[in-house]
Amino acid sequence: MIAPAIAAYGFFVLYPFALGIQYSFYDWNGVGASTWVGLDNYLRVFTDREMLSAIRNAFVLVIFFTLIPVSTGLVLATLIRNIRAGVFSTVSQTILFLPQIIPLAAAGIAWSWMYAQTGTVNQILSAIGLGGITRPWLADYGTALPAVGLIGSWVLTGLCTVLLLTGISKIDASLYEAVRLDGAGWFREFVTITIPGLRQQIAVLITITVIAALSSFDIIYTSTQGGPGRATLVPGLSIFRIGFTQSDVGLASAFGIVLMALVLIVVIPIQRLSKESK
Amino acid sequence: MIGSRTEAIVGRVVLVIVLVVTLLPLLSMLSAALQPADRNPTGLVWPTDPQWQNFVTAFEAGHVWELMRSSLGIVLIVVPASLLIATMAGYALGNLRIPGNRFLLLLFVAGLTIPFESLIIPIYYHMKSLGLLNTPWAVGLTLIGLFMPFSVAWMRAHFVGVPIELSEAARVDGATVWQEFRRIQIPLAGPPLAALAILLFLWTWNQFILPVALIQDPLERTVAGALTFFQGQYYASIPLLNAGALIIITPAILVFLIFQRQFIKALLQGAVKG
Repeated sequence: MIAPAIAAYGFFVLYPFALGIQYSFYDWNGVGASTWVGLDNYLRVFTDREMLSAIRNAFVLVIFFTLIPVSTGLVLATLIRNIRAGVFSTVSQTILFLPQIIPLAAAGIAWSWMYAQTGTVNQILSAIGLGGITRPWLADYGTALPAVGLIGSWVLTGLCTVLLLTGISKIDASLYEAVRLDGAGWFREFVTITIPGLRQQIAVLITITVIAALSSFDIIYTSTQGGPGRATLVPGLSIFRIGFTQSDVGLASAFGIVLMALVLIVVIPIQRLSKESK
Repeated sequence: MIGSRTEAIVGRVVLVIVLVVTLLPLLSMLSAALQPADRNPTGLVWPTDPQWQNFVTAFEAGHVWELMRSSLGIVLIVVPASLLIATMAGYALGNLRIPGNRFLLLLFVAGLTIPFESLIIPIYYHMKSLGLLNTPWAVGLTLIGLFMPFSVAWMRAHFVGVPIELSEAARVDGATVWQEFRRIQIPLAGPPLAALAILLFLWTWNQFILPVALIQDPLERTVAGALTFFQGQYYASIPLLNAGALIIITPAILVFLIFQRQFIKALLQGAVKG
C-alpha cells in the first residue's frame, strides 16, 4: 500500500536529488560533454562573491521573515488574548489570512507598486511630513533588501498571529489570574506564562519562517529580480540564473545542495530545542 | 502594570493597524488598476473617473480563460492522485505494522524541509529526458512527489489516532486489509482528506518556480507562474499590470471566502504538522 507513495517520492524527488549530487561534481553546460571536477563547484560556491552575498542576503531576510512576524504575532496575541469571538474577530482572522491565500508572486507585484516613486508608501510618508526620505525603495541599494524583507513580514505576520492566538487560548486562564494576584506586571506574566505556554507554536513558526526566508524566490523574482546590482540576490534566484541562464549545471546543482544543507543546519537545532523542552 | 482594560484597548488599536497594513497593498493595487492605463498612476486614491474597462482589457489581453484552464488541469493532476497515494501510505504507516516502518517515515519526514530551488536544476533535466518538458505533466507529476512527504505525514497523523480495535474487529469479521481500508478507514478520514485537498489545491494553484522553470509558454503555466507574463506584457502600464494581477488572485480569494473556516483550520494544522 505504501509502494505508490515511495515510487512517486523516489522517482520525482529522491532521484533528482541523486542526479543533483552527481551533477555537482561535474562541469557541464547541459548539452555537451561533461568533465569531472571533484569538489571544485563547492569551492566556487564558498569563494564566489556573488553566491556568498546571496547567502548573506538570505540570512538577513531571516530578520524580516522570522523575527518581525513572530514577535509582532506574540505581542498582538498577548494583547488581544481576551478578545471575544464575534464578527470583529472573525473578520480580523479572515483579513490576517489573506496574504496566505494569494500567490507570493502577486505579493511581489503588489509591493513593487507600493514602493514605487509615485506609490502608496511615499504618498503616506509625504502626508505625515516625511517627504524628505521618499525614494523608489526597491531601486535604492541601501533600502532594497529591507524593503523586500518587509514584504515577507507582510505575508507571514497574519499566520503567526492567528497560530499564536489559538495557542494562547489553550493556556489555562487561572495561571494568568495567579500571577496577577502575585502582583506580577505584564512583562513577568509574558515571560513566565505566555512564552513557555507557546513554546511549541513558536518553534513551529520559527521553523516555517526560517525555511521561507532561506528559500525565498517568488517575491524577489517578481519585485526586484535580485537587483539593484545584487543587493537582493538570494540563493534560489542565483541557482536559477546559474543553471538556466548561464547553463553552468554543475555549479547550480552544487549551490542547490549547499542551500539544502544550510536549511537543515538551521532547522535541526530548532527542532531539537523544542523537543527537549517538552 | 498595565490594567486589563488599557491592555484590551491597546490590543485593538494594534490589531486595527496590522489589519490596515495587511489590506493596504491590495487596496493600492485596486487604486492603480482603476487609473488611466496610459499614464503613470499616483498612490492610493479613489479615481474621479474609475477605468473599470482596464479589467476587461487585462482579462482579454491576458488570456485569463486559457490560464485558468491550464492551472485547473495541473491541479487535477496533483490533487486526486496525491490524496489517493498519500492515504494508502498514511494508513500503512499509521495503522499496519509493516517492517521498516520507522525508516520509511524518517525518509518522508526528511523531505519536508527541501527547498524546491535546490532540486530545480536536476528536475529540469529529469523531465527533459522523460520528454515531459513544456507539458502540464512536468509540473503535476513533480509536485505529486514534492508534496508527498507532507501528504503522507498528514494522513499518517490521522491514522495513528484511529483506534486499533476498529481494524481488529474488521479482521475478525473476515475483512481483508483492502476491504477494511475502503469500507471503514476511508469513510472515517473525511475531514483530514478535505483539509489536505484544500492545502494541495492552494499550493499547486500558487506554485511559481516549477511552472516558470519547466513550461516555456506562460499560458500553459499555473496562474501564479503566468504573472511573469503579465509583467512582461504590461511593462509600460502599471494600471493594467495591477488589473491583471488582481484578476489572477481573485478566484483563490473567492474560494477562500466561501470555505474560510475550513481553509483557516487546514492552514493552521498544516503549519503545526508540517
